[in-house]
Amino acid sequence: MSKKKSAEEYHKTFAFHFFRWLKGEKDPYLGNVEMQPQKEYVTDSELLLRQEKEHDAILDKVYDMEHNVELKLFHRLYQVTSILFCLFLMALLFVTISYLPATGAVEKPVNNEVAARYIESGLTETGAVNIVAGMILDYRAFDTLGESHVLFVATITVLIMLRLDKNKKGEPNPLTKEMAPNDRIYEPKNDTILQLVATFLVPIIIIFGIYIILNGHLGPGGGFSGGAVIGAGLILYLNAFGFQKTERFFTEKTYKWICFFSLSFYCLAKSYSFFTGANHLHSIIPKGTPGAILSGGLILPLNIAVGLVVACTMYAFYAMFRKGGF
Amino acid sequence: MTAFQMILMGLLIICAISVSFSRNLLNSVLIYMSFSLVMSLLWICLESPDLAITEAAVGAGITSVLFFVTLKKIHAINVAGKEQEKDPSAKEALRKQETGE
Repeated sequence: MSKKKSAEEYHKTFAFHFFRWLKGEKDPYLGNVEMQPQKEYVTDSELLLRQEKEHDAILDKVYDMEHNVELKLFHRLYQVTSILFCLFLMALLFVTISYLPATGAVEKPVNNEVAARYIESGLTETGAVNIVAGMILDYRAFDTLGESHVLFVATITVLIMLRLDKNKKGEPNPLTKEMAPNDRIYEPKNDTILQLVATFLVPIIIIFGIYIILNGHLGPGGGFSGGAVIGAGLILYLNAFGFQKTERFFTEKTYKWICFFSLSFYCLAKSYSFFTGANHLHSIIPKGTPGAILSGGLILPLNIAVGLVVACTMYAFYAMFRKGGF
Repeated sequence: MTAFQMILMGLLIICAISVSFSRNLLNSVLIYMSFSLVMSLLWICLESPDLAITEAAVGAGITSVLFFVTLKKIHAINVAGKEQEKDPSAKEALRKQETGE
């Protein structure tokens, strides 16, 4: 058991000073270090110009190739090394390729029973004329669900990085004010030609996208490509008419709700087989006549869900890159 | 492989090489865009129209648009200012205009 120190002795220890400093009772620098109030920083344009000139002069001196021997040598070495590295990489890849089985060889992993099954009984099992749609939205629908979630997570990441939030008092970020004029420096505000062309093209592009989505189980296309086409149409509309017009029908809230409903619908529609034992169950939804627009069971609604998510994501990417929000 | 496909493959290689050799970033993005278009034609030749539609919409459309916005944000698209860059007073004026003073 340690003896309790007297107050005088305790005042000499390190612990006493440390805890006093921790509690903020004494500033050790006060009185020992000379302190001055900070000078206000003044930007002098002449000084800035002089600094820039000096900077340019230094750059000129450094990149003076004819007289800087070290830099010359380094550049030569850099080029030689990069070429050697590229050649090595090419050789490595070619050697690897030479070990792959030849095209059309029987023992190739592509030639297994799965592909034959998809081609032979894909139409009867999924009801989709387009075998690819049947594959990605019926046999392998879970992969596609993950894909849509990857897109959603990518948007959230972009949102975290580029979003200009309001602060706690509800005032907009000071950067927003800077961004607004910055947004349209190099482009005219109301370009008549662009607006006229957009008036003709945007409806056609969006209708084409809707056609690709709805026709996904009958012909080439599907949710992802159709959604990308619709997103491109929305971006063109935004470029021609500005944010005021698009904000009337597409805000952050719209994006949130559309993504939420589409993704949760997809989850519920496709995860039922996992809840009931991961078997490919007999679906209650009729397959319909192959070739009709209302056929293929769940493929059409799933295509619509994927298309909505993709279209909104593409538009959200652009809006966020452009001004940090919707 | 038909002659048309051979030509497309050649174009693909030319595009891929010239993207990395172009000095102007804007030109690089434009060449990349044409790379995607040639690629989508090739997908049609390979009988996969699904991929062709996606490549044309995503590769040639949206990706390049995002590149353009980014280049504008970092002030890499500045054709008008290129001549003025050597003149310091014009540079100052450009900066003032950009910050909205």
